[in-house]
Amino acid sequence: MRQILIIAAKELRDGLRNRWILATSILLAALSLSLAFLGSVPVGEVGASRLSITIVSLASLTIFLVPLIALMLSYDTIIGDMECGTLLLILTYPVSHKQLILGKFLGHVTLIAIAIIIGYGAAAIAIFIVGEHIAIDEWLAYLSLLATSIMLGAAFIAIGYVISVSVNEQTTAAGIAVGVWLLFILLYDMALLGVIVADQGESMRASIFNILLMANPADAFRIFNLTGFSINASLSGMAAVAGQSALPVYISLISLAFWIFAPLSLANIIFSKKEI
Amino acid sequence: MVNSLELINIHKKYTNLMAVNDVSFNLPTGSLVALVGHNGAGKSTLIKLMLGLIRPTSGEILLHGQALDTKQAMLARKKIGFLPESVTFEGAMSGREILKFFARLKDADIKKTMQLFDLVGLEYAIDNKVKTYSKGMRQRLGLAQALIGEPDILLLDEPTSGLDPAAQRHFYDIVNNLKSKGASILICSHALTELEAQADMVAMMNSGRLMVCATMDQLRKKADIPTNIRIHTGAGASSKIANKLTKNNIKPSYINATYIDITIGTNDKMAMLKQLSNLDDNIMDIDVDAPSLDRLYAAFCKVEEAGQR
Repeated sequence: MRQILIIAAKELRDGLRNRWILATSILLAALSLSLAFLGSVPVGEVGASRLSITIVSLASLTIFLVPLIALMLSYDTIIGDMECGTLLLILTYPVSHKQLILGKFLGHVTLIAIAIIIGYGAAAIAIFIVGEHIAIDEWLAYLSLLATSIMLGAAFIAIGYVISVSVNEQTTAAGIAVGVWLLFILLYDMALLGVIVADQGESMRASIFNILLMANPADAFRIFNLTGFSINASLSGMAAVAGQSALPVYISLISLAFWIFAPLSLANIIFSKKEI
Repeated sequence: MVNSLELINIHKKYTNLMAVNDVSFNLPTGSLVALVGHNGAGKSTLIKLMLGLIRPTSGEILLHGQALDTKQAMLARKKIGFLPESVTFEGAMSGREILKFFARLKDADIKKTMQLFDLVGLEYAIDNKVKTYSKGMRQRLGLAQALIGEPDILLLDEPTSGLDPAAQRHFYDIVNNLKSKGASILICSHALTELEAQADMVAMMNSGRLMVCATMDQLRKKADIPTNIRIHTGAGASSKIANKLTKNNIKPSYINATYIDITIGTNDKMAMLKQLSNLDDNIMDIDVDAPSLDRLYAAFCKVEEAGQR
């Protein structure tokens, strides 16, 4: 455990030194504050609270942004160290391949968690400061958004590691990372929609559709945050979906957890067999 | 003699290449062994195998008597220092941060680790970012890194590349000091002349095979390369001495006004010196030019290649 913590601390220090945390936190804070104060204007007198609107908007934004940030953080972590020669040296120390991967993972997840908490937290604090009443349910939904955003980030960090340990060149890893982002965030949903339209609801049952949604961490995140809380579901237009969903909402969390542990284990297996 | 590291019938095969071919090799405790060979001979692959970075296709590697893939061997890595051929550190980190990080991984004393900056002569740049270091400074930082935790096995790949002559001498002072404390040191280098004076034993590799591993004297005897003896003579005495040599059945290979060269077998050296010392009062000095490591390596390669044909 000591070796894992030493490597995690180094990743964290690297993130502070190269101002990754600062830049990402500012980016997320600017977006969340914009959504909190500008994004809620069109709602007018509907009566929805500013925080609820921010949650729904941020959930949609997170699906695009957090996986991208996570992949950019992780895709070159092993192959980059390998190419510049630092990996060779570290592995001659009493550090196993598994400890190195877990240490880097812990460090990277902490980095992304700090950026999300600071970035998204800024909006909640600002709304609280302007004196708007916020119900307990809304606070819970907001905290869930933060927690699942971190989980989504962790899942794509783990996916980034699989890319990083599987390739022989950093440029290849960068290309694959962009492809993976496109696949999970854009193409998967488009393909799913295409299948539904083509099928006209004849053979594809709702249960299969639900399972296919859960097979994508980004969709699992979306389902959890947009249907898991009634306040969010009504605002996001997903109330009907939430009512008819065949799968309980905790399945989304299981899907996210699976997408953290499965790629992390796979990356560890591939890395352990890799010769430096 | 106890061995810190033992390689037993090691093979390492890549798709189309046998990088290491049936190598058995011991690194005796408290000795300095030079591993020499041209580019692609398999030296770096052998070092990677010793460090457990790559696994042998067949054969066994023992670290202090323990198989390299055991938990004990993983712990024993605390006492291994390694300097790679082209040592690289993260440029954004300072020298202090880098050594602290590596010292923590080895669970080594941080205060003692910081003293290594003085030892390698980098104390003035301890807080500078590594990207501002020159090649020689990075090499010295690499050496300091290899010395963290007072290692009892040091594997150094081209350790003196980028070092000026004074720094090279200082490097060998450090290495010899460690050796005197019982450390086992393996130096892999192309700088054969400088290794010749330092190594207790020389291991020669060619095309993945270990051709020979022996002391310099043993290598010279085994290679049986002729030794050149230069006899410095008094002014105008060289032809007179050359005649005397011929009368004693010694054939000069070169004569000029001030010296005479003769070429003899390595094993005849002492007898020849005794004979020459009593030959003539006009012999002013005698130089013995024993075969250098370069010549020995070339000779062993020639024999190896002839054997493969």
